[in-house]
Amino acid sequence: MASTPSTTTAAPVSDMIDVELRVKRYDPERDKKPHWETFNVQVKAFRSVVLDVLHAAKWHFDGTLTFRRSCAHGVCGSDAMVINGANALACQALVEDYGSVITVEAIRGLPVIKDLVVDMEPFFAQYRSVLPYLINSGDPGYKERPQSAEQRERFDDTTKCILCAACTTSCPVYWGNSQYVGPAAIVNAHRFVFDSRDEAAEQRLDILNQRSGVWKCRTAFNCSEACPRGIKVTQAIEEVKRAILFDRV
Amino acid sequence: MNVHHHSYDAVIVGAGGAGLRAAIETAGKCRTAVITKLYPTRSHTGAAQGGMCAALANVEEDSWEWHLFDTVKGGDYLVDQPAAEIMCREAIDAVIELEHFGLPFNRTPEGQIDQRRFGGHTRNHGEAPVQRACYSADRTGHMILQTLFQQCVARDVNFFNEYQVLDIHFVDDGNGERRVGAVIAYEQATGDLHVFNTKACLFASGGFGKMFKVSSNAHTLTGDGPGLLYRRGIPMQDMEFFQFHPTGIYKLGILLSEAARGEGGILRNDSNERFMERYAPTVKDLAPRDMVARAIQTEILEGRGVGPDKDAVYLDLTHLPPEFIDAKLPDITDFVRTYLGLEPKTDPIPIQPTAHYAMGGIPTNVDGEVVVGPEQKVVRGLYAAGECACVSVHGSNRLGTNSLLDIVVFGKRGGRAMAEFVSRRDVDLPEIPKGIEDDVRSRIEKMKAGSGGEKVVDIRTVLQNEMMDKASVFRSQESLDSVLKTVHELRERWDRISIDDKGEVFNYDLVEALELGYLIDLAEALVVSAAARPESRGAHMRVDHPNRDDVNWMKHTLITREGDGSVSLDYKPVIGGAYEPMERKY
Repeated sequence: MASTPSTTTAAPVSDMIDVELRVKRYDPERDKKPHWETFNVQVKAFRSVVLDVLHAAKWHFDGTLTFRRSCAHGVCGSDAMVINGANALACQALVEDYGSVITVEAIRGLPVIKDLVVDMEPFFAQYRSVLPYLINSGDPGYKERPQSAEQRERFDDTTKCILCAACTTSCPVYWGNSQYVGPAAIVNAHRFVFDSRDEAAEQRLDILNQRSGVWKCRTAFNCSEACPRGIKVTQAIEEVKRAILFDRV
Repeated sequence: MNVHHHSYDAVIVGAGGAGLRAAIETAGKCRTAVITKLYPTRSHTGAAQGGMCAALANVEEDSWEWHLFDTVKGGDYLVDQPAAEIMCREAIDAVIELEHFGLPFNRTPEGQIDQRRFGGHTRNHGEAPVQRACYSADRTGHMILQTLFQQCVARDVNFFNEYQVLDIHFVDDGNGERRVGAVIAYEQATGDLHVFNTKACLFASGGFGKMFKVSSNAHTLTGDGPGLLYRRGIPMQDMEFFQFHPTGIYKLGILLSEAARGEGGILRNDSNERFMERYAPTVKDLAPRDMVARAIQTEILEGRGVGPDKDAVYLDLTHLPPEFIDAKLPDITDFVRTYLGLEPKTDPIPIQPTAHYAMGGIPTNVDGEVVVGPEQKVVRGLYAAGECACVSVHGSNRLGTNSLLDIVVFGKRGGRAMAEFVSRRDVDLPEIPKGIEDDVRSRIEKMKAGSGGEKVVDIRTVLQNEMMDKASVFRSQESLDSVLKTVHELRERWDRISIDDKGEVFNYDLVEALELGYLIDLAEALVVSAAARPESRGAHMRVDHPNRDDVNWMKHTLITREGDGSVSLDYKPVIGGAYEPMERKY
């Protein structure tokens, strides 16, 4: 037992703080072009997140403010957005880390549909293009395929991806070239390329060796910084590049 | 508002674990549309953490009979034993199949699937905790959801993402019985309506835990599937049994997996006492969830809570090796750092019970077919699986990990049965009349035109607060009568909602208002069912009737909503088996 309970309590208190929320808004049914709008809202001082700020604005001031969200604790990947200039999940972004003025806009590189909602289809099409599923033609019978703890560890980092698109839409190459398959798709290829049970590494590496593949990466590291799951995205991309160059896994 | 028409052999509503598993089963067998109001990978299966039990016996001796015994006892004998037997037997194949699909389970030193302890899972009928839960760190649900989605991508499954099913249409099958004819979906991106004419439909749309203030559930878990079926006369079963997970992050309700205790975490009160020793001397912190949640609430009510308002207790991981925490519990410890600003390696974590899982829901048999009435009459073409369904394998209290088992076992069985049904030569595509989308259209138009001034957030907040205070871990006739009155008032207020967004494109203002309607209806079903059961069993604890009454109440509740909005109750017997009810001690 460590410290006594009375000294370690970090109980939320009911104090509220003021936040100025600036949102880049666009409604295709009303607006010709995007515009900024400011909401002055109150949220709890204790560890509120940007999603709480957005909900305060939507629920109490303007129901037309539109954004996706679901789980609200960083596992579903619905609410990636640009917060004070950098990609993050709104439900993980602590207000105290951003200050009393928070600017929010849609992730970049995907078509904006309304406010913070973008068209995710191009992103998922790129994901699907790398054969993101286990390929193994053998018949393992009624037992699990054996895999050592070390083999399992080899691709652990890239199994954490939640397909939120924070990495891909933080990539300057992707902003300029939507044909680039993007970091998230490479991460999901990596997850199978380095899985000892998979037999299709070569097919995936061939896909990623094309013009739209890994060689578009300029190692900006934006993707690694943006990943809300802490995946070392740039490292995964480098490992895929090396696998292509040095023939293998 | 444009209307589009589609025809399919089969429709699956929801794309979490159960829906995706069903879709894998129908792929290549019949033309299937999978309709989901989210993207599939946003589904709340992904938030499940600790594991999925199956008696693989990879780490120590185990058997599916022991798993069955634990499930029946954990469910406080309201479990239908033949169904639970199927689940526990098929669990083993289900885990192996997920591994073959590519699921990255943690491994033993020998390269097999590793297994850990979990609440209520014991060796040899209650002797001691057993290592039965197959897992992938503390993100097992994430891995299941991703793996099943990957397999759907491999099979080119036809998804309708961000389409929200709002109604079902039954037709007469020629013998005076209803069969599924179509579902009507609202396309979020355009506001258009889509009529899916289909031979069969499987609901796998998840739970409705957002009717409670402190909840582990996603914002989107609003019971749309059960809610719309309930409005169309399908009864809901065992709605009074709603699970509160013992360890939600204080105030926020974010889940901290039972795996934390399975791996050695301990619950402590204000004097550092390991209080579960008093409530469950044998398995202590690994008692089933209903008992642990009640123990925590009792500690709090008797003044032994922690925090400024003494309304929490501690989950203590500080004695575990730091590298062990990083390896086995990385995500939940990150949640604690982010949302509480505490370091779980050195700080005990303030927790409280959080609304987690509906044991009740759409009544089905073991093939996922929806069955109505005490006589269990099958509704042709209608299927359900996962949390929205009630088989019943969880009885009055689900054991940890058995939900992940439920979704893969019964998602598969339901999908397979549906594919067989729609392939039968005598099952044709039902003819549906014109204008069956009119009811949904008028609901949407009415909501957009509403000028009563009521706000969704105000009504929802009252609902969540009242349900939490009066219909959660402890209940009484008085508290239930009080909350029922409130729910009825809220339904009247719901009719007077005004929304800001009148547009067609991604109108989540409208969506939230419609979702709140389902929550209110299902809250009423829960409260009425609870008020009518004067006993305490599993998650349903009546302080005014604290004992289990096997003579009168070994039966499932069925609640039906009539056309005029009134509700009626009926009951059907529990299907027993090898295990006779006995006192539930751990």
